[in-house]
Amino acid sequence: MVSAPETTLEPEVTAAASDISDIRVDSVGDFTFPERNKFDSGFGITEKTIDYIADVKGDPDWIREFRHKALKVFQEKPMPTHWATKDLENIKFDEFRYYLSDGQKPKRSWDEVPEDVKKTFDRLGIPEQERKFLAGVEAQYDSEAAYSNIKAAVEEQGVIFVNSTEGLHKYPEIFKKWFGKVIPTGDNKFSALNSAVFSGGSFIYVPPGVKVKHPLQAYFRINSEQFGQFERTLIIADEGAEVMYMEGCTAPKFETATLHSAVVELVAMKGAKIQYVTVQNWSSNVFNLVTKRGIAHEDAEVRWIDCNIGSRLTMKYPGVIMKGKRARGEVISIALANSGQHQDTGAKMVHAADETTSNVISKSISIGEGRSTYRGLVHIPKHLKGCKNNTECDALLINPNSRTDTYPAISVRGNQHATQHEASVSQVSADQIFYLMQRGLTEAEAMSLSVNGFINDLVKEFPMEYSVELKRLIDLEMEGSVG
Amino acid sequence: MSLEIKDLHAQIPGREILKGLNLTIKPGEVHAIMGPNGSGKSTLSKVLCGHEDYEVTSGEVLLDGENILDMAVDARSRAGLFLAFQYPHEIPGVSNANFLRAALKARLPKGEDIDAVKFYKQLYARMDQLEMDRSFTSRSVNEGFSGGEKKRNEILQLMMLEPKYAILDETDSGLDIDALKIVSRGVNAMRSENRGFLVITHYQRLLNYIQPDIVHVLKDGRIVKTGGKELSLELEERGYDWVTEEPLAAAA
Repeated sequence: MVSAPETTLEPEVTAAASDISDIRVDSVGDFTFPERNKFDSGFGITEKTIDYIADVKGDPDWIREFRHKALKVFQEKPMPTHWATKDLENIKFDEFRYYLSDGQKPKRSWDEVPEDVKKTFDRLGIPEQERKFLAGVEAQYDSEAAYSNIKAAVEEQGVIFVNSTEGLHKYPEIFKKWFGKVIPTGDNKFSALNSAVFSGGSFIYVPPGVKVKHPLQAYFRINSEQFGQFERTLIIADEGAEVMYMEGCTAPKFETATLHSAVVELVAMKGAKIQYVTVQNWSSNVFNLVTKRGIAHEDAEVRWIDCNIGSRLTMKYPGVIMKGKRARGEVISIALANSGQHQDTGAKMVHAADETTSNVISKSISIGEGRSTYRGLVHIPKHLKGCKNNTECDALLINPNSRTDTYPAISVRGNQHATQHEASVSQVSADQIFYLMQRGLTEAEAMSLSVNGFINDLVKEFPMEYSVELKRLIDLEMEGSVG
Repeated sequence: MSLEIKDLHAQIPGREILKGLNLTIKPGEVHAIMGPNGSGKSTLSKVLCGHEDYEVTSGEVLLDGENILDMAVDARSRAGLFLAFQYPHEIPGVSNANFLRAALKARLPKGEDIDAVKFYKQLYARMDQLEMDRSFTSRSVNEGFSGGEKKRNEILQLMMLEPKYAILDETDSGLDIDALKIVSRGVNAMRSENRGFLVITHYQRLLNYIQPDIVHVLKDGRIVKTGGKELSLELEERGYDWVTEEPLAAAA
């Protein structure tokens, strides 16, 4: 039996509860509402936390067991500081709460969504985007989805788009087959953490031959302080199916750290195509440690289009395992690291069949004392033939203290493959800024234009609505970078 | 109304380059500045526009009565000062059209945008005058342009931004005769009683196409001689060595 801690408020919207508080208005997502959680797992993570979450969510036994096993793996695995940044040691796992929710089911109409949550997503432009160009939306607020809807026409094609809890309850035969198979619990410490406490995220199934015309979108919003968000997404495109999924994320800037650790698994069956687009704009107190991987079967394609703005530390290396012949994998990523931020991003391309093709294009921008790191892994074993990889990583440094590092690891065995790797580091020169300012642009506008120019060819890969948003976010970041 | 340079001294660390330069350009006038290498011609254009490499130690520059020396580079531009660069910079990934739109938008009150239809109409008309292919609108600013294309692109920007005072810094360098004619035609089309020009050049050739009203000789950071169009021809013939400072003329 679950009882709510005494200190939490009942999920009723009072006047005070919907009072929005802006912490710093120049940032897109930097505002918060008072908490009114019915369910709060409390601080720290123990066996009890796992049972609390499993109870609240009504998990089937196999999931409860899966969580408990994952907790052990998480506790046993050391921090990967032998290759990653020491800043990971500053994560105090006892100072986070691992599950927060108001106990309400996701609504299918925005009118039924609690006022403060609705205001949050209104402000982030989600209902507007939904009306304009989306096939379905899921809006997650802390640990659970507050809103979830799929357009009737898409649902009628047999497309399933629900949150992970609903997915595992309603569609266990599909869910169980793939859940944790692309990214096993023990893949890394944070995939284990997610496996122990996951909540929210999307479950998507697209039946054979169905091509979802418009994108499905999820928005992950953190509202509460000293909290960790652990969504779990599983997308399966059956034979010949096509789907584009987009995710956005924001959180307010708190004095204390916030943790976001997602696991995303994609499965593209024979001839299927999945595009996964991310635009994250975390505030600079967020540890964003995410594991994303897709399996591409014969003639299938998995594309990750990834834009990382904000966060204190992001570690994210979307991967594709090309399991079937002629499978294709692609990672296109933009990272922007401002002062106090470290974008440690990259890609993993594992070729596991003949004639598979992978492409990695990464551009990073370091502003002020910001640091960007590219880590790439390309693996082509000896027994295969006709595999191709192209890797390009370009870094742009804005200020003298900006930093970038590149760690490509390309292991190609055998001589029947084609790989190429290009890397560049450039700087926005004082003369370029002088030239632009001589035409009347302010220093910040000149910087923004230069940066937008640098990533222009990649921005074209984002859906139009997102590329406009991207430009706006970059303008905001550049405003604070000069003077 | 004028661009008035009064006793301008400017230096890079350890070396004074402009040593008391006086010059007044009225709207409607075209002034040419000629001078040997190292006389301070390009420094003058950069100092007027506020390049951070140069320190102004004394003097004034008044644009229609307002001292611009305390203004930032971009504010001087918006106040009506334009420089056609000798070596225009490349801006990868930024299309010519977007660049010009951004520059025009920077002149509007915050939040307002330019009328796209009017903008393209004007842009195409100006490009036609400069015999520039339409494909230049979508190409990145100056990236992969030939020397002549870059110079034409500078004049295109001048035509679109319609400044009060335009400085052309060695616009003729690197141009063949056909390109020189086209560029000059563009400049001449912009001559008006509301606009003043300062044409900096090493060679007289350009002045056959852009006829100046007044010619100055810059030597060792000061204007040492001022005359009419005929002075440029004399310089072409005799070089710069014979020109010595005329203290009375400089003080006048």
